[in-house]
Amino acid sequence: MTIESRVRIPLVAALEALRAARRDDEVIIPTMGNAREWMKLGAPHALDLILVPSAMGHGTSIGLGLALAQPERRVIVCMGDGSLLMNLGSLASIVAARATNLVVVVFDNGVYEVTGQQPTAGSAAGRAGNAGVDFAAVARACGFESVHRFSALSEWAGSARRLIDGPGPTFVALEVEPVVGGVAPSSPGPAPLRARELMKSLAR
Amino acid sequence: MTHVVTVPDSTIGRWEGAIERSARIRLVRVCREGEAWQVAGGLHLGGATPLVMIQCTGLFESGDALRNVLHDWKLPLFSIIGYRSYLDQAKLPGDTCLVFTEPILEAWRIDYRLITKPAQLDEIRSHFHACRAGERAGAALIAE
Repeated sequence: MTIESRVRIPLVAALEALRAARRDDEVIIPTMGNAREWMKLGAPHALDLILVPSAMGHGTSIGLGLALAQPERRVIVCMGDGSLLMNLGSLASIVAARATNLVVVVFDNGVYEVTGQQPTAGSAAGRAGNAGVDFAAVARACGFESVHRFSALSEWAGSARRLIDGPGPTFVALEVEPVVGGVAPSSPGPAPLRARELMKSLAR
Repeated sequence: MTHVVTVPDSTIGRWEGAIERSARIRLVRVCREGEAWQVAGGLHLGGATPLVMIQCTGLFESGDALRNVLHDWKLPLFSIIGYRSYLDQAKLPGDTCLVFTEPILEAWRIDYRLITKPAQLDEIRSHFHACRAGERAGAALIAE
């Protein structure tokens, strides 16, 4: 069975599970469509780095830098599959840098959601019937210490805390539903100001 | 300086051994130059003092990544950029790196100093400190 033909996790529910599992000292970096939904879930956390505006695909890279600078904290990066495809090499960089406190969560919906749900080159629909890219296998091949894939919300919600706590770098692929009509996220405020606030929060 | 984030070229790549021997500086190897700017951005946000070290060809590759961290987020990152073919045009006659490198640095509004001889090495240090004090991005362009 292809990923596309399976039942997928609703994106919002997957994010709610992450929000519930999050510890207060952990940095979370939402990007693109998942950032849009993350911002709707409640008040912003001081250690949220809402990566809007972004250079698409670079959530894993900025997360790697944060993880290296803050080795005592867990840094959790929320990527879309389209974003990760733009920066697959970053998975090799993360392992090379031994970022054991970095967790990459990929919300794999198979499409560029915010531009109108065009299939990515990694999805079965975008590959003329070939199987979609197995991101968990890619992460494993790059040398991630801990690699997981979930298509059931209950399994993800029940495992999230344990996986975040485990030795990393950690990679989690979640098979999620695209959000119908999902648009590009709006910036929650001036980026330079948010950068300074995050730096203050990290220095406390 | 706490971290050097790099993709090597045949000149600056030879510095890796010295960087790795340093007890104070950590070398971070990335796969493409756009990554280097964003990793450095994350390092800066986390309280570190990173340096991006790449070749000018990688600068060409890095556009959106550096635009985002230097101009959207206004992170004052410093870089060392190898300037291919500036000193030696025999290997690659007509190398267009000579045409585009400086205009692209100017287009991205990166305050740079061109370093063409060892006597100028102190300029790298003084420019780095000036950029740091002014909380602005800067670069040293190393002639190769």
